[in-house]
Amino acid sequence: MNQTAGEASETLKEKQENPKIKSLKDFYKRLKKNIPALIGFYTIVFLVIVSIFGPMLTVHPYDTVNLSDRLVGPSAEYWFGTDHMGRDIFTRIIHGMSLTLMVGFFSVILGGVVGVPLGIVSGYYGGRLDNLIMRFMDVLLAFPGILLALAIVSVLGGSLQNVIIAVAIYAIPGFARIARGSTLATKKLEYVDAIKALGATDNRVIFKHIMPNVLSPLIVNATLYIATAILTAAGLSFLGMGAQPPTPEWGAMLNDGRDYMYQAGHIAFFPGVAIVVVVLAFNIFGDGLRDALDPKMKK
Amino acid sequence: MTTFIIRRLLQLIPVLIGVTILVFSLMHLTPGNPAMILAGENAPDATVQAIEQRLGLNDPLPIQYFNFLADAIRLDFGVSMRDNLPVADHVMPRFWVTLELAIYSTIFSIFLGLIAGIVSAVRQYTISDISIMIVALFGLSMPNFWLGLMLIQYFSINLGWFDPTGWGSPNQLVLPIITLGTAGAAIIARMTRSSMLDVIQQDYIRTARAKGVRERYVVYKHALKNALIPVVTVIGLQFGALLAGTVLTETVFAINGMGRLLIDSIQARDFPVVQACVLIIAVIFVLVNLIVDISYRLLNKRIDLD
Repeated sequence: MNQTAGEASETLKEKQENPKIKSLKDFYKRLKKNIPALIGFYTIVFLVIVSIFGPMLTVHPYDTVNLSDRLVGPSAEYWFGTDHMGRDIFTRIIHGMSLTLMVGFFSVILGGVVGVPLGIVSGYYGGRLDNLIMRFMDVLLAFPGILLALAIVSVLGGSLQNVIIAVAIYAIPGFARIARGSTLATKKLEYVDAIKALGATDNRVIFKHIMPNVLSPLIVNATLYIATAILTAAGLSFLGMGAQPPTPEWGAMLNDGRDYMYQAGHIAFFPGVAIVVVVLAFNIFGDGLRDALDPKMKK
Repeated sequence: MTTFIIRRLLQLIPVLIGVTILVFSLMHLTPGNPAMILAGENAPDATVQAIEQRLGLNDPLPIQYFNFLADAIRLDFGVSMRDNLPVADHVMPRFWVTLELAIYSTIFSIFLGLIAGIVSAVRQYTISDISIMIVALFGLSMPNFWLGLMLIQYFSINLGWFDPTGWGSPNQLVLPIITLGTAGAAIIARMTRSSMLDVIQQDYIRTARAKGVRERYVVYKHALKNALIPVVTVIGLQFGALLAGTVLTETVFAINGMGRLLIDSIQARDFPVVQACVLIIAVIFVLVNLIVDISYRLLNKRIDLD
């Protein structure tokens, strides 16, 4: 499972370099100038590595109850202290890393796989179909923030898997709108008319010519959306509607810590810091990508 | 303009129909028959059938939907499954708490976000700009429920300045408002900054400066007015996010609002209350966006009115 998260980040990296292979060097040059973006990128790589190899290196078990050592503050033995069941918080955070990254990657991939084709079809064929698809997206967008995910989880029941589905559905309209917008812009270009006049099929036009143009805004959106997805999923788990105990999910750990604020503030502190680090990495990387991929910034 | 408003209102109809269909489906999509959920797990068949009869669950789905819609328009969402009291009795008192929290937090985030964004843009690439943007990035990346817990830890437990729970008295208001409004403030600050920077590069600003207009006047009279237009849209979206975000904030601060009610009802599988809460938030969000769209048109005279 960990490997899938790693692979996902690799495909993401490949894709972002894909749109114009010729300008790859140029793209990297611009990304390199954006120091925060580079920091974000390397932090993500580091986090993926930690999520894969970290669990093998931790000395404490993440789920064994040890009541004699409960609510211990940070120390040399327990770097981030222990929780109300005496479990080492550092170990749990390391074990929870892959869950957090997986929720982020999978929900965005799932949302993209559904949303992007809908947006391209909508923009390319237009007319009634376009109207129908986009009105449906409007309906999904009418449920702000965590509300749609909550409604979906209320139907499906609380589990990490359902959280991924819920967050993915919430991502669909964003992807569809961006894909549709870029498709519309590309469709108007003269060379698309020319290719069509030469007898290119719709499939060829879409895959060979529309897709590459749609890709770069989508990648920026996907990166930034991973950040939102992680926050939403942590929120659901915090509310008790996501990962169930004893899963070391960070939102659920924060929820545990809430009851011990007076005795042991560290329980709620460290999982939150972990969430901030991951989300921050995706946010600054996404910001940097946008600057690097935005043709308007080229000068 | 009138044509725009009318067209925008007409566009609202399919969206609202879709929203109500989705909310209506919540109960029907759950595994198991709604009557059985209502009656409880071990209810005898007769009870289940009686409930089916009473709620019209044997009618064809479209008819059930129209009944639901007709009731919902009158704010009648049936009775709560927990105590058989009308859903409106549960939702309405708590609705005002949530609305208050959302409005105060929106005001907080607009105020803080605008000031930070303007300062950042006017002093581009200085220490103040960079620090504001870093803080904003953190504000954006922080789970608000964690921020709330940390504020409680520091200001309530360590310093004893504010109450850690509840809603009403002034020292109960401060922490929830900061908790809920910070992310919005960060987004508004970033948007204001980039929009200001766009505008400042425009020719007419250069003209104003060349004419010798004072810098302060250029910024506040010429630039800000136009820079604020895109920010208006963000504020509308933020209000919706805040309304939904109350779910987490109310949980952290044990506030008896609609968000908390929604969570409790989901956990208790009290679907009529869940439907009411979700529908109310969605409809308010749709209406706020309508108002935002209209004011966007009013503010931005350059957009032609078709």
